[in-house]
Amino acid sequence: MLIGILAIQGDFEAHARALDKLGVKYVFVRTPEDLQGVDGLILPGGESTTHMKLLAETGLEPAIRQMAANGGAFLGTCAGAILLAREVKSPEQNSLGLADMTVMRNAYGRQLSSDVLTLPTKLREAPLEMVFIRAPIIEKTGPRVEILAEREGKPVLVRQGKVMASTFHPELTSDTTIHEQFLKLACNNNKKP
Amino acid sequence: MDNGVKNNGNGHENLWRVKVGLAEMLKGGVIMDVTTAEQAKIAEDAGACAVMALERVPADIRKEGGVARMAAPRIIREIMDTVTIPVMAKARIGHFAEAQVLEALEVDYIDESEVLTPADEENHIWKHSFKVPFVCGARNLGEALRRIGEGAAMIRTKGEAGSGNIVEAVRHMRTIVGQMKRLTTLGEDQLMHEAKELGAPLDLVQYVAKNGKLPVPNFSAGGIATPADAALMMQLGAEAVFVGSGIFKSSDPAKRAKAIVYATTNYQDAKKVLAASDELGEAMKGLDIRQMEEKDLLQTRGW
Repeated sequence: MLIGILAIQGDFEAHARALDKLGVKYVFVRTPEDLQGVDGLILPGGESTTHMKLLAETGLEPAIRQMAANGGAFLGTCAGAILLAREVKSPEQNSLGLADMTVMRNAYGRQLSSDVLTLPTKLREAPLEMVFIRAPIIEKTGPRVEILAEREGKPVLVRQGKVMASTFHPELTSDTTIHEQFLKLACNNNKKP
Repeated sequence: MDNGVKNNGNGHENLWRVKVGLAEMLKGGVIMDVTTAEQAKIAEDAGACAVMALERVPADIRKEGGVARMAAPRIIREIMDTVTIPVMAKARIGHFAEAQVLEALEVDYIDESEVLTPADEENHIWKHSFKVPFVCGARNLGEALRRIGEGAAMIRTKGEAGSGNIVEAVRHMRTIVGQMKRLTTLGEDQLMHEAKELGAPLDLVQYVAKNGKLPVPNFSAGGIATPADAALMMQLGAEAVFVGSGIFKSSDPAKRAKAIVYATTNYQDAKKVLAASDELGEAMKGLDIRQMEEKDLLQTRGW
């Protein structure tokens, strides 16, 4: 199994540290060629406007859509979750649309509202530590989206098929639960022959 | 998470984590100086990961002279209302009341900056007592660790702001990286002496000796004017770059801004840096540091 980490801007190295801890092979993805043989792609935190511009410029946008069509797995954290959403608001911007959800950017406020919370999750019995940094809010989800954790009644961790998205940063904690779940999705990748 | 910085009184661990966390999000990106909402929009459209709101870019501060202070709140507010990326603003070294005003304004990051006229020649701001994160400039490892000890959640090279000349940023980055490497070769019994020589807190010296890097992101600033300048600093170990006068003092700011973003992302790929460097129009004019007088240097402000 090979995992790709989108490395055009943001905290991609923090995701690499999480995968190192789990002993998983990964490549940093900066060009469409880097996606070759990748079973699952992590879209890290960072600035989503910057990411979308660079995805378009580098030709990665169509390559990622192709990977999704071929049954690849995805994990998007914060900015990555914004990229995965079908619809982005505040302001509206282009996105990959791989998860049926509407996301509002910076919806909790500016940096002064960034916080670390410990909240329950359906992934396991013990609650999960969540680092929110200028985080978006998932406003609406479609029927195929499973909500795995909530903050004040709004989803913060969701899964739709092989796509996982969190509005917080699991890569900034020592807990690898979410990465492990994502690896399971990537591991079951039944590629077309 | 062990980040080498102990909680000291005012802040708790989680606050420190979200301060450093925002710096983590800016990695691999370009933070651009802007003086108007219109410039901020150009920067955001070009792919900047954050903007620095200020009244005059360093090249103009240098030219016009006088006391350089925190930007007028109106300018900062207009910029915050215009873009959705993080907005930083500068406070004078040691001017904690300017920093309090910027925090009340809810900027996302404060740069305690040598580009402005220092307000205190002995003390920098005690940054642990703020909820908003700070970035500070440094010319060497001791200076970087002193600022982190005071609560800076991001370090940048000072370089020589407004010069359009990369030589000082290179000197500072090579110095910091070289000093960190050296620390990793020393035994634990040698670190107290090193702490004394560097004028830096022992626990942070121990952290660097063990990890070979700063406990916070290490960015570069001060003199970046071209895509190749950005690629140079990234290859020397910078984790992101600040571009001050280099963009809006060039002949085609939108194009240059976009090119520097592209080169920063693709700094390891010379063909892409070449593509970014093509047909850019004129870069800012720039200054030869060796022709400058000591009193005109901005980097010697702070310690």
